[in-house]
Amino acid sequence: MIQIKDLHKSYHMGTNSLHVLKGINFDVKQGELVSIMGSSGSGKSTLLNILGMLDEADEGSYTLDNVPIKNLNEKIAANYRNKFLGFIFQSFNLINYKSALDNVALPLYYQGLPRKERVEKAMHYLDKVGLAPWSHHLPNELSGGQKQRVAIARALASDPKVLLADEPTGALDTKTSYEVMDLIQGINDEGKTILVVTHEHDIAQMTKRIVNLKDGVIIDDSVVEQVRASQYV
Amino acid sequence: MFDIERWQEIFETLSKNKLRTFLTGLSVASGIFILVILLGFSSGIQNGVTSQFERDATNSISVWTGVTTKEYKGLNPGRRIQLKNEDFNAVVTKYNDNLEYKSAFYTIWGGLVNYKNESGNYRIQGVMPDNQFIENADISQGRFLNHSDVVGAKKVAVIGNKVSQDLFKGDDPIGKDISLYGINFKVIGVFFDPGGERDESKVMMPITTAQKAFNGGNDIRSMMYTVKMSDNFDEAVALSEQISLGIENDIKETHIIAPDDISAVRVNNTLEEARKIYSLVDTIKAVFWFVGIGTIIAGVVGVGNIMLIIVKERTKEIGIRKALGAEPMSIVGMILQESVFVTMFSGLFGLVAGLGLLEFVGPLIESDFIKYPQVDFNTALTTVFVLVFAGAIAGFIPAYRAAKIKPIVALRDE
Repeated sequence: MIQIKDLHKSYHMGTNSLHVLKGINFDVKQGELVSIMGSSGSGKSTLLNILGMLDEADEGSYTLDNVPIKNLNEKIAANYRNKFLGFIFQSFNLINYKSALDNVALPLYYQGLPRKERVEKAMHYLDKVGLAPWSHHLPNELSGGQKQRVAIARALASDPKVLLADEPTGALDTKTSYEVMDLIQGINDEGKTILVVTHEHDIAQMTKRIVNLKDGVIIDDSVVEQVRASQYV
Repeated sequence: MFDIERWQEIFETLSKNKLRTFLTGLSVASGIFILVILLGFSSGIQNGVTSQFERDATNSISVWTGVTTKEYKGLNPGRRIQLKNEDFNAVVTKYNDNLEYKSAFYTIWGGLVNYKNESGNYRIQGVMPDNQFIENADISQGRFLNHSDVVGAKKVAVIGNKVSQDLFKGDDPIGKDISLYGINFKVIGVFFDPGGERDESKVMMPITTAQKAFNGGNDIRSMMYTVKMSDNFDEAVALSEQISLGIENDIKETHIIAPDDISAVRVNNTLEEARKIYSLVDTIKAVFWFVGIGTIIAGVVGVGNIMLIIVKERTKEIGIRKALGAEPMSIVGMILQESVFVTMFSGLFGLVAGLGLLEFVGPLIESDFIKYPQVDFNTALTTVFVLVFAGAIAGFIPAYRAAKIKPIVALRDE
């Protein structure tokens, strides 16, 4: 699903140059649930941004579902993001004046679906994350865990190839974190490829594979025994 | 633009952000409202000032004669120059193409006028039918003198409103006889004059009648012409000056007057005066437009400012939308469409409110210097569009920049 070869990325701030990613090689197959770990400054967020086409690499190749991702202009990047990727953020990033349903329906709007279909589909995904009764509530009427579940429904709504989660449990307490991970595991069980960036070991243990990043290189990439979140819920 | 989905999205955004929508709309509406009121009063003042100077036709040339002061071709100074019918006709023949109204006058400066037991001393003028337009007189009752009155030297008179009030005390004067030095004249009309009471204390009769009744023979006291106006005011002034000069020279030649004798023949050209008045009106107009344009600029800056804040406030939302697959131009389009809709709607609202106020309050204003305040609808509408367009331009720049921000940067914006 994802092939990354010799990826380099530097940031330039005035005369200083910061080499963040120093040659990353890494493949993700269909249906994997991978966590990317590392302390702050290890380059994990940068890697996720590049994977999410929110940022572009200086060197190296990135292939997503056999489509080489290069020479992107804003328009194509927007198109690929809409078709290939679903994002889950630490701070949920819901639009606060739109109801849960409308938030979930937003990526479908950018896919050009008619309104009726959007609402139906969005309702289906809200139901999937267990929030159908809350569909007309605004984000600030929901708890943190509920917000993240709305965000997950939104990420799923466009039926992406890969879900990218950036510290999805970073703003949640342990119990809620496990509920969210349970949901993510469930989605993965249905065959969705998911990448989770985290610095929490217990969360990483709930994925199937842990990639450890340090100072811009992968120092460890190993398959782990998956801990089911459901046993904590 | 006519994408129904886009409109649904916009209406949803607007209705969920009522305060923002309201404040944006309020600032635009009040800007346009103030502009409309301002332009309305500018035109009101313009109308008022113009009407203050409207007493007589503004493009008239008047000619009268006096006593020579210089010896010329063997003739002594101190000669009284008398204009004749022929002088009047000569001017009419020579400048007919450029003259609009023309009248010769035979004036008795103070004449005792009687009606039954009432009497008064008024100016008696023998005039021609065109004088109605030269004096800007309005006929309130009856009619003015006509050609056949002049040709037939009929004993008819048109009296000023003041004369009518003094002598008839509210009775209908039409068809009644007034007597002047024992001669009866039938009143055929009453006139108002924008010049006021002084110009309404007059009795006018056909010039031929006056000449016969008061032993005038062929003499005329003065003559007046109006010059046809051309669209270009400067050209009109030049033409009327040229004609004035021509008339003066012709009369000097016919009556053998020294070319540099300034008191024997006087030709007065009111267009030169009118030019000063019009330039005053133009100045007033320019001041109001200056203030008006200033208001528009302030409005544009205001709208631009609001747009900047809106875009800033929505940076995170823009980042989210981009992450979900919105193309940059769709974001720019969304913000612009939304702002154009709000400014257009509220601009038109302000326009209608301003026009409505002028419509209702305008007629209630009682001042000589403000009359009929009103705004040209097209001008007002144009300013609304200018404001909307400028607002869109002012909004485009921040919207475009926001759409260019990398989504990841926008998402971190708290």
